[in-house]
Amino acid sequence: MSIQDILRTMDYGTAPEDASIVTAWLEKHQNGLGHFIDGAFTDPGETFEVANPATGEVIAHVTQGSEADVDAAVAAARRAQPKWAALSGHERARYLYAIARHVQQHTRFLAVLETIDNGKPIRESRDIDVPLVARHFYHHAGWAELAEDEFAGTEPYGVCGQVIPWNFPLLMLAWKIAPALAAGNTVVLKPAEYTPLTALAFAEICVEVGLPAGVVNIVTGDGATGAAIVAHKGVDKVAFTGSTEVGRRIREQTAGTGKGLTLELGGKSPFVVMQDADLDAAVEGVVDAIWFNQGQVCCAGARVLVAEAVEDRLVAKLTARMKTLRVGDPLDKNTDMGAIVHPVQLARIRRLMEEGAAEGVTITQGEAPEGCFYPPTLVTDVAPASVLSTEEIFGPVVTVTPFRTPDDAVELANNTAYGLAASIWSENVNTCLDLAGQIKAGVVWINCTNVFDAGAGFGGYRESGFGREGGREGMMAYRRHHARRGEVVEPAEPHAIPGENAGAGIDRTAKLYIGGRQARPDSGYVYQVPGGLAGLGNRKDIRNAVEAAAKAGSWGAQTGHNRAQVLYYLGENLSARAAEFTERLAAFGASKADAKAEVDCAIRRCFWHAAQADKFDGAVHATKSAHVTLAMHEPLGIIGIVCPDVAPLAGLISLVLPAIAMGNRVVVVPSQSKPLAATDFYQVLETSDMPGGVVNIVTGPRDALAKTLAEHDGVDGMWYVGGAGAMVEKASAGNLKQTWVEPDRARDWIGADGQGRGFLHRATQVKNIWVPYGA
Amino acid sequence: MTTSAGHPRNPGMALDLSLIEGVRVNRSAAERRAAGFGSRRSVKKTHQAAWLVNAIRLIDLTTLSGDDTAGKVKRLCAKARAPLARRIVEGLGIEDVGLKVGAVCVYPTMVPHAVEALEGSGIPVASVATGFPAGLMPLDLRLKEIEWAVAQGAAEIDIVISRELALKGDWQALYDEVKAMREACGEAHLKAILATGELGTLTNVHAASMVAMQAGADFIKTSTGKEGVNATLPVSLTMVRALRDYGEATGYKIGFKPAGGIKAAKEALAWQVLMKEELGRDWLEPDLFRFGASSMLGDIERQLEHHVTGRYAASHRHAMS
Repeated sequence: MSIQDILRTMDYGTAPEDASIVTAWLEKHQNGLGHFIDGAFTDPGETFEVANPATGEVIAHVTQGSEADVDAAVAAARRAQPKWAALSGHERARYLYAIARHVQQHTRFLAVLETIDNGKPIRESRDIDVPLVARHFYHHAGWAELAEDEFAGTEPYGVCGQVIPWNFPLLMLAWKIAPALAAGNTVVLKPAEYTPLTALAFAEICVEVGLPAGVVNIVTGDGATGAAIVAHKGVDKVAFTGSTEVGRRIREQTAGTGKGLTLELGGKSPFVVMQDADLDAAVEGVVDAIWFNQGQVCCAGARVLVAEAVEDRLVAKLTARMKTLRVGDPLDKNTDMGAIVHPVQLARIRRLMEEGAAEGVTITQGEAPEGCFYPPTLVTDVAPASVLSTEEIFGPVVTVTPFRTPDDAVELANNTAYGLAASIWSENVNTCLDLAGQIKAGVVWINCTNVFDAGAGFGGYRESGFGREGGREGMMAYRRHHARRGEVVEPAEPHAIPGENAGAGIDRTAKLYIGGRQARPDSGYVYQVPGGLAGLGNRKDIRNAVEAAAKAGSWGAQTGHNRAQVLYYLGENLSARAAEFTERLAAFGASKADAKAEVDCAIRRCFWHAAQADKFDGAVHATKSAHVTLAMHEPLGIIGIVCPDVAPLAGLISLVLPAIAMGNRVVVVPSQSKPLAATDFYQVLETSDMPGGVVNIVTGPRDALAKTLAEHDGVDGMWYVGGAGAMVEKASAGNLKQTWVEPDRARDWIGADGQGRGFLHRATQVKNIWVPYGA
Repeated sequence: MTTSAGHPRNPGMALDLSLIEGVRVNRSAAERRAAGFGSRRSVKKTHQAAWLVNAIRLIDLTTLSGDDTAGKVKRLCAKARAPLARRIVEGLGIEDVGLKVGAVCVYPTMVPHAVEALEGSGIPVASVATGFPAGLMPLDLRLKEIEWAVAQGAAEIDIVISRELALKGDWQALYDEVKAMREACGEAHLKAILATGELGTLTNVHAASMVAMQAGADFIKTSTGKEGVNATLPVSLTMVRALRDYGEATGYKIGFKPAGGIKAAKEALAWQVLMKEELGRDWLEPDLFRFGASSMLGDIERQLEHHVTGRYAASHRHAMS
């Protein structure tokens, strides 16, 4: 084309990235790629095809990992782990630093390979993915250096089994491997079946930097290979990023195994545009949210919620902007959106769009070439009930739904099973921070979206998973407190048949305590316990208790100071009745001295947690320039607490207080065999200004009540001490609630083990709020 | 009256504060978007050469110095007529284009020299006026200055706004001043210099842009070249979006001129990308887009010579202005 022709059209032309080096790499491996195990590549086994989605061309043959391959990889990781963990932090840091340097120096190679394998635009792989990978290793070289100091009292898990998705193949690898290695673990990682190539190139970098054999092992394959890693007995911790469906299966599969688990799952993140937003900025935000990486982003702002007053203008601007997006050859530097990763995904997007279209929504689309491409798509006239509003499409499709008021916006934003991310657009800082606090999401971007940095945690609330990746909170997911052993104490079956001698004295009626009121058990039955009769709670009592807890949500919004006052008052009133509680505990068979010690401990716990209520606060992470990144500690919500059978008072207090000090509401199942200390305790609650519904107590058969709690979708966390931890973990998979299970007698509830920051961490989740600034 | 490409000239409108005060510009978002123009679009090889040639058509080749003389202005005009060495024009195969710059921009007393030197070239002479660069001069004298420059043959007048009025948010007074200036311009086009480096916030930049357009500006221009900070991409983005909003409200197309500190050929590409992405093809023509620049032409010439010969060029082998 002549210059004069171009002067007429002023087209950009094409700017293809040169792929010859990567082509040569692929040719070098044309006979197939094996796994990377114990520092060396295995011979290719039974292979599957890997294609470039933009062209459909088969570019590599990669080995399908068998159980034997997984065995070998786990064994290599196991052999390497003690030595790796025994290195000084500084020595581990040197390796991670070397990896960061080599990734940086191979940036172009890795970016081109990623683009060919995944279909994402070269601009993104070059400017976003690979630089973030390098940043992640640099940052974690730092954590390796500091791990012993910063995470004192913890140890690495051992061998980590990690399964990652295809949307950011190398970046997700970095998010998994960097913290694991920094913390002293070794890893077996499986890249996604569609996109295994950069992981194998990364393995070559591991060789290049001389990483000790077995520290990083890469096994390729499909879901079956991933399942084999997750299920492997030699794996101490499982980290998974992918769909909520598979995450739930992994939760069930790992239940009761004692494996650590972090899950980073799906989302349907809200993108809230207030009336006073900079609309042009918000439009670019939508581009960065949903038309980034073809919309194949777990935290994509897929639901635009816009103030009715500016809906028409925003939609007009979005429609115009969408038309300037260039969809096509991912290797062209002018491409905004590349190929969908695989025809299977394309078919899924199309199917969902057909379902949506059948509901009568309005669909506006940009243009896309033939092949494995999907155009940028805007869906309007879409109700919250539409399949397009609820299902994670994982494609470049955004819905626009109007709201009337800020409250309406929050309700719509939270009207989802997910809670990964949110984006809020307003030029009013009051509005921004108010909404940021109310929207349930692990990451909140104010006037920006899809901003990442290794120094900030990333991860979800609700069914978007648990655990964080990045920053201090991410490191904590790869260190554990020294393993605890307990024993299974099976309490006696509760007997509801009257007749046993209940002892002398004026009879006292122990009821359940729900919503700030004493309540008779729904069953109408009681069971005999030391000291009298206790209500025989059932699933309906649990239901009522959770409902009462749900109504007490304002507890979490109170100041730490206010909560502290209630806890101090609790301690004061407990102290006033110390003699009575001591007697009660002694009546259960404890020595007078032990009983007194337990009551003293309970009083001290009140003071300690009152002290923490306004002190266990978050952090401001050092991330990008001109950004404040707030890591806020927020309560989980409603926590089901099943208390140890031993230490009937101190056990309960030690678990309930950290939960409520951090703003949670609790449904407590006290010691099954000695519940009357708990029912005495509700009288103390009543006299201590504890708002109704914050603490709810249901006595009765421990494991039956625990199961109901664990299965309850309105319960956000589950702490269980007893012998049925596996059941609790499995039953918690329904809404992916966070769990903490421990056998009885694994710790001394009256001693120093019964409190600490670890309890507070479990009672909170971190919300990272990104606030860019500029006058 | 229409512009050279046939767009009807902006007649202005009554001051409408709702288009001004309701808009808040988010700086960090503007900076993020602005950073993307260089990285999201890549113009290479023949296309790059064409885009650089186009940039030459858009240049207001400028000299605004205390030591300007008739001789200096004549040299500038000679370069304006023949911005590229003949061998480069031939190498690019654009002899038929009749390549020349968008305008020559000078101080008022230099206008007669420029008009004479450019006679028959079709290149308009632009004059700064209204007490350029600070504008702190009585309004009647500023209006007189415009009239004088127009009488000397200036076809375009680059006025400066009163920063004080913008900083105080006295939009009515600013509107009145610019409107009076537009009237003083008569047939000459008015380019309103906002001196954005002195307006403090992007929200103010947007507001001042909107006021100037409502008062009848044909172009809005970033800077005099004399402020501490001159043309930047985030400021340009803000002005361009204001211009788009105005166009949506009134149907009139307004021109944009970044000026000051734009020196590299690469920047010429980034700004053209900005115009094309935010506004479209029409804003890559000299009736709607100009670069206020002097040294950028030299860098473009060197890049184009490299395109033609494959060898890196040296500036001493190109004619100076």
